[in-house]
Amino acid sequence: MDIQLTPNDVAFRDEVRAFLQEKLSERFTKAVVGGQIDKDTIIEWQKILYEQGWIAPNWPKQYGGTGWSITQKFIFENECAEAGAPAVVPFGLKMVGPVIYSFGNDEQKARFLPDILQSNVWWCQGYSEPGAGSDLAALQTKAERDGDDYIVNGQKIWTTYAQHADWIFCLVRTDSNAKKQEGISFLLIDMKTPGIEVRKIDSIDNKHSLNEVFFDNVRVPVANRIGEENKGWTYAKYLLTHERTAIAGVAQSKKAIEQLKGIAAQEMSGGKPLLEDEMFCAKLAQIEVDLMALEYTELRAIASVADGGAPGPESSILKIRGTEIQQALSELAVEACGYYAHALGQGSLGQGIGNDYAAPVSAKYLYGRAATIYGGSNEVQKNIIAKMVLGL
Amino acid sequence: MNFNYSEEQTLLKDSVSKFIHNDYDYETRKKHCAMDGGFDAATWQTFAELGWLCVPFSEEDGGIGGGALETMIMMEEFGKGLVVEPYVSTVLVAGAVLAKAGSAEQKAEILSGIIDGSRKLALAAVEPQSRFDLFDVTTQAAAEGDGYVLSGRKTMVMHGAAADTFIVSARTSGASRDQDGVSLFLVPADSAGLELQDYPTLDGHRAAELTLNGVKLPASSRVGDQGAAVAVLEAVADEASVALCAEAVGMMEKLYRETVEYSKNRKQFGVPISVFQALQHRMVDMFTLYEECKSLLLRAVMSHQAGAADFRKNVSALKYAVAVKGQKAAHEAVQIFGGMGMTDEMSVGMYLKRINVINTLFGNGDYHLKRFMSL
Repeated sequence: MDIQLTPNDVAFRDEVRAFLQEKLSERFTKAVVGGQIDKDTIIEWQKILYEQGWIAPNWPKQYGGTGWSITQKFIFENECAEAGAPAVVPFGLKMVGPVIYSFGNDEQKARFLPDILQSNVWWCQGYSEPGAGSDLAALQTKAERDGDDYIVNGQKIWTTYAQHADWIFCLVRTDSNAKKQEGISFLLIDMKTPGIEVRKIDSIDNKHSLNEVFFDNVRVPVANRIGEENKGWTYAKYLLTHERTAIAGVAQSKKAIEQLKGIAAQEMSGGKPLLEDEMFCAKLAQIEVDLMALEYTELRAIASVADGGAPGPESSILKIRGTEIQQALSELAVEACGYYAHALGQGSLGQGIGNDYAAPVSAKYLYGRAATIYGGSNEVQKNIIAKMVLGL
Repeated sequence: MNFNYSEEQTLLKDSVSKFIHNDYDYETRKKHCAMDGGFDAATWQTFAELGWLCVPFSEEDGGIGGGALETMIMMEEFGKGLVVEPYVSTVLVAGAVLAKAGSAEQKAEILSGIIDGSRKLALAAVEPQSRFDLFDVTTQAAAEGDGYVLSGRKTMVMHGAAADTFIVSARTSGASRDQDGVSLFLVPADSAGLELQDYPTLDGHRAAELTLNGVKLPASSRVGDQGAAVAVLEAVADEASVALCAEAVGMMEKLYRETVEYSKNRKQFGVPISVFQALQHRMVDMFTLYEECKSLLLRAVMSHQAGAADFRKNVSALKYAVAVKGQKAAHEAVQIFGGMGMTDEMSVGMYLKRINVINTLFGNGDYHLKRFMSL
């Protein structure tokens, strides 16, 4: 057993650090902390990563990946998060990209992958529907063949950043008579196609990230179908496993602890800084202990993969505990900010209310409630662990 | 021993409950939030006509002499409806300060205006550094001639922009964290040197930041004895805390009932999600959290009615429990509602936000747990 990085990995880490030192300007990190990062800023950062050749560490080298070991990927993710870099938008690079290079034909690969790597095209994910959440295979959006096209009718929901998207990848029902997992196909749809309407969902964090997407007789070329008709569920499952990697968010939570300590050093409680308040510090320490456990759990999972094996049963708890820790930290941040955590937006004189750090904490806390719901709710995760790990 | 309401109390509960049910659904509430000032002036007038604005005031002050129990009954129903009208800030906080410490003239002039709905006041007692210590006051009230000059900053003044008059805590003597030396002043909203910044809060209510730049006041503007305001403020804060917890308990009742209802109608995997035992147990937990908070609420209310020595300890037990259990119940509701719980279309997210704001007002869970240990 040895927890030290190899000299090669240390050299790699230093290379990543030097890159971040040079390219990650304060403009990016401030936007991340302030929770106000916009589409242009994210794309700008992604293009910097692309120029460096580091935009898609998980992709095979032949499609533009880095060829890094799992340890190097882990180091890279960690260093980026610790430095406060913007998170890469996952829909193109971490979701549809891998599906296209794994199951798409050559023409589709040539057409879509370069724009994904260069962040020229913004993708969104058309999976959930009003009646199909945890039970995703119950989806009803229909695609009927008409010559060389499908005609798509139906509705998707919780579509993150659909308002920015140029393309959407969708699960649609192409056979209503088959067993529910067996009549689904995977379509790529241009958001400019007539008949598509995006409607904003007013969410509890008062930000615009969630949408509904409606399809009214939307004509989609059959050439935009990935793989075989009615085999979409297989591709979707493959994608969901991609969505679940790096979901523990250890580095992000470490960053959150650092920020929380900064807030607590400035907030006064009982005539002294909150950071000297034993009760507050005890709560923070409890979360830190949980995070220490999570960090080592993640390292164990990574080590077994680096060793050429599969992740062990311990990896199944990463999403559950990772999201619970993120939520606990965001609750504590709201508590730390006291009254000002609840102020919303600017005041009538056009000034911000309270300290700069207070404004984003509640939005993060509220949006963070979704972390235990999306990507397979934590209840569904526990069902999977009960079945797959405990054999129940 | 019984926990039954009297006939009058039952009537009061039915009247508020009926109003919320018939005239104050979540869509109506949203409209009120969007109105000028963040609430509906006509609804406020209806409150006056229904006699709700006079409930806690004594008969000699023009009220009906209602106690903590009557306030609890109303606030539980207000909680269920997520009422945004400034009942707490004007009636239960500013009104209570005047009722406890105001002179006969001040009461005669102002309480009658509160009761008939024509006047709104707000207490400005919190400062950026004070957090939950009402004695931590840096705003200065310097004697000048027969009167005072006030300078300083106040924050999180509930429904400040709606107030025609503020009750401002300021130091007439002592250092910033002395218990003695804090006094209260009536400050008209149109005073020269008073700057107000109005803003919405996450729960759909409104608040204001006040800056006082040498606001000149006559001697008659002082409320209560000079330098003795902390005891008044703390007594009002304790009573208002019980009222806010009643509001939260009303929300917790609604949360568990609505979650149970939703789970019976939401189908996944071909069945209502209510059949999943993992969710059933969590809804049982939500019900348990509600019942526990309701018990602590009744305990605090009964000890107030009895003038018992352990009232403050009961308040802290209640406020701590609501902070932890109320938030937990709201988190569970959002989780079981799933994506729908994340939207403003459903009220569950708004209950979560209001419960969080209530947790902060007059001391959060940590503050009250510490106070509990010290009492």
